[in-house]
Amino acid sequence: MAPITAAIERHTIAVVVDNEPGVLARVIGLFSGRGYNIESLTVAEVERSTSLSRITLVTSGTPMVIEQIKAQLSRLVPVHTVKDLTEDGPHVERELALIKVAGTGERRIEALRLAEIFRARVVDSTISSFVFEVTGSSEKLDAFIELVAPIGLVELARTGIAAMSRGTGQL
Amino acid sequence: MTAGTTSTGSEARALNGAEIVLKALVDQGVEVIFGYPGGAVLPLYDALYQQNSIRHILVRHEQAAVHAAEGYARSTGKVGVVLVTSGPGATNAVTGLTDALLDSIPVVCLTGQVPTHLIGNDAFQEADTTGITRPCTKHNYLVKDVTKLARTVHEAFFVARSGRPGPVVIDLPKDILVASGPYSSPEAVEHKTYRPRTEPAPEGIEAAAELLMSAKKPILYGGGGIINSGPEASRLLRELVELTGFPCTLTLMGLGALPASDPRFLGMLGMHGTYEANHAMHDSDVMLAIGARFDDRVTGRLNAFAPHSKKIQIDIDPSSINKNVRVDLGIVGDVAASLRALIAVLKARGYKRDAKMLAPWWAEIDRRRARNCLAYSDTTKIIKPQYAIERLHALTQGYDTYVSTEVGQHQMWAAQFFKFEGPNRWMTSGGLGTMGYGLPAAMGVQIAHPDALVIDIAGEASILMNIQEMSTLAQYRLPVKVFILNNQYMGMVRQWQELVHGGRYSESYSEALPDFVKLADAFGATGLRVSAVSELDDTIRRMIETPGPVIVDVAVDPTENCFPMIPSGAAHNEMLLGPEDRPGTTSGAEEGMVLV
Repeated sequence: MAPITAAIERHTIAVVVDNEPGVLARVIGLFSGRGYNIESLTVAEVERSTSLSRITLVTSGTPMVIEQIKAQLSRLVPVHTVKDLTEDGPHVERELALIKVAGTGERRIEALRLAEIFRARVVDSTISSFVFEVTGSSEKLDAFIELVAPIGLVELARTGIAAMSRGTGQL
Repeated sequence: MTAGTTSTGSEARALNGAEIVLKALVDQGVEVIFGYPGGAVLPLYDALYQQNSIRHILVRHEQAAVHAAEGYARSTGKVGVVLVTSGPGATNAVTGLTDALLDSIPVVCLTGQVPTHLIGNDAFQEADTTGITRPCTKHNYLVKDVTKLARTVHEAFFVARSGRPGPVVIDLPKDILVASGPYSSPEAVEHKTYRPRTEPAPEGIEAAAELLMSAKKPILYGGGGIINSGPEASRLLRELVELTGFPCTLTLMGLGALPASDPRFLGMLGMHGTYEANHAMHDSDVMLAIGARFDDRVTGRLNAFAPHSKKIQIDIDPSSINKNVRVDLGIVGDVAASLRALIAVLKARGYKRDAKMLAPWWAEIDRRRARNCLAYSDTTKIIKPQYAIERLHALTQGYDTYVSTEVGQHQMWAAQFFKFEGPNRWMTSGGLGTMGYGLPAAMGVQIAHPDALVIDIAGEASILMNIQEMSTLAQYRLPVKVFILNNQYMGMVRQWQELVHGGRYSESYSEALPDFVKLADAFGATGLRVSAVSELDDTIRRMIETPGPVIVDVAVDPTENCFPMIPSGAAHNEMLLGPEDRPGTTSGAEEGMVLV
């Protein structure tokens, strides 16, 4: 076995696929079957008329592995386009989280203060809890979650990353 | 109905799903399907019964149906077609499908499925066939709408044969087979996105020509992609070898792409390849890989693989390039198209073979050739397996011969000693290493080439894995010759146990073997047995001359090992040449213990 000396890189890849049964299983099966990492994966239909879905996935590996992942994705029959956003220039990455914080009194007020700093919106509220919605980079979400955790974080849901290249370019 | 479909009187009548499938198969040029009936596919079998265009070959196990289709496909270049029922029919086919995936064999496998309204209910003979076969097919389909049925079948054939070929499954719920629907002809079907690149990028070819022209120690390394590309690709390889005078080695899957008698052919490379081929790979300065995928059986230890060479790789599958070995120049394209372009560029640049420049390289190669690495200690006391194959090769000269193998020592000896002069003559399970492949594959070859001499070179252990197909041979009077090198061991397992596990022969002895002569008799075939060296030739002649299927039980030396050998984890220049070389002395021996 060749020792792996090359640095591990993190890449965000956008994949446009036919929205047909099993297509997500093909992509995930490819990753598990070949031992690649998935750090984040999101998928939703983006074009109803042509029935296309867009998968945004974040993966990591050596440059050779990243290249292999793209080649393997490209050869899946229902895959239309594979684009490495990390490699192809500047892009934006956003993630959304729903965060439930429970508590009363001072803790409640502190949670609201932090939410304001992070521009988190309150999407549900009871007298002893909030559900915050926060969007931004994954790092921003991490930071917010870390701060509210000691206050009374009880539940967390994250969407995974949606990403797009900057500028006029089209996938 | 799709616009542009020609409608005749008979087509105007709505067809049911089963008839649509058969019509689509006929329009795809299918003449033969290998299958086994069952509840979910009864409508298809009913439709088969009422037509005469397609011949159905009834196998005795679904795995054999796929291997037979593989043998048919590999010996003809056509797509092999399989028909099995739901549940166990489909799961039994999985080994064959995986085999076809790893060796890039075009196969379309129709599987029955429970009716759509029962899917997910754990119905009788239900299995999640598309789920199970997703990782072992190139692509698969579950047809849930009869209006898409014809299109799906055409698309499946397109996917199976285009680009890097492979197996495609179409899962057919029973209600779809009985529902009526429209038919669309193959011309009306074009895949939405799947368009494998076949023409190479001209700048890649230019750069490859540049590298090859300056090479002092070039090596051509060809694989199964040449065979898959069609006979023209093999012709072009010969032309390239003729033009350049470069040495050429072939993988197990590539044997026959260059005639074995060509003086530029160095033999097979890899774990049981020749000393000269592996050393030439290791010492080369420019390597041209043609339709070969740098498999671990070929490369040996990766960080010691051809350390000083500039590597060029031609492959139709972009994911094969830079997968195991980083190459300096990757060219995505069909082998025939790429070789044609390369030869044209070399000629346009006025390239002339430079014998003087290559002389030192050939001198080096010839020195290694003189080592005669395939030599074995011949004796008149016992039949050496290598000798048996040499005699088989010699005595089948002049016949239209096709050879299949099972998996193990006999397979490697066949690869080393049976000399193939052309492509499509050699069927073997390379990637998956499936014991039990050879007999059904030979069956498929014989169906495609009824008058040819088709031989399955087998081991006594492997042959038992699909021995039930003797019954199929009997039913269709297929004169396949099964040539068993019987050493009473799972030979390759025993060899590894001897070399790597201190001679502890755990479960590798072939205990309680059947009497193969009586077994042949029971299946209506002819059984022959030979153990004396002096009787070998006569037995082989009798095998060839006996009409109908024959099993020959050749008692060979049970202790013989297959050399040369690159132990797992070792490099190309660290071969074991014979019993006198011991493993464990090569670099990487310890890491090699965990490798297969």
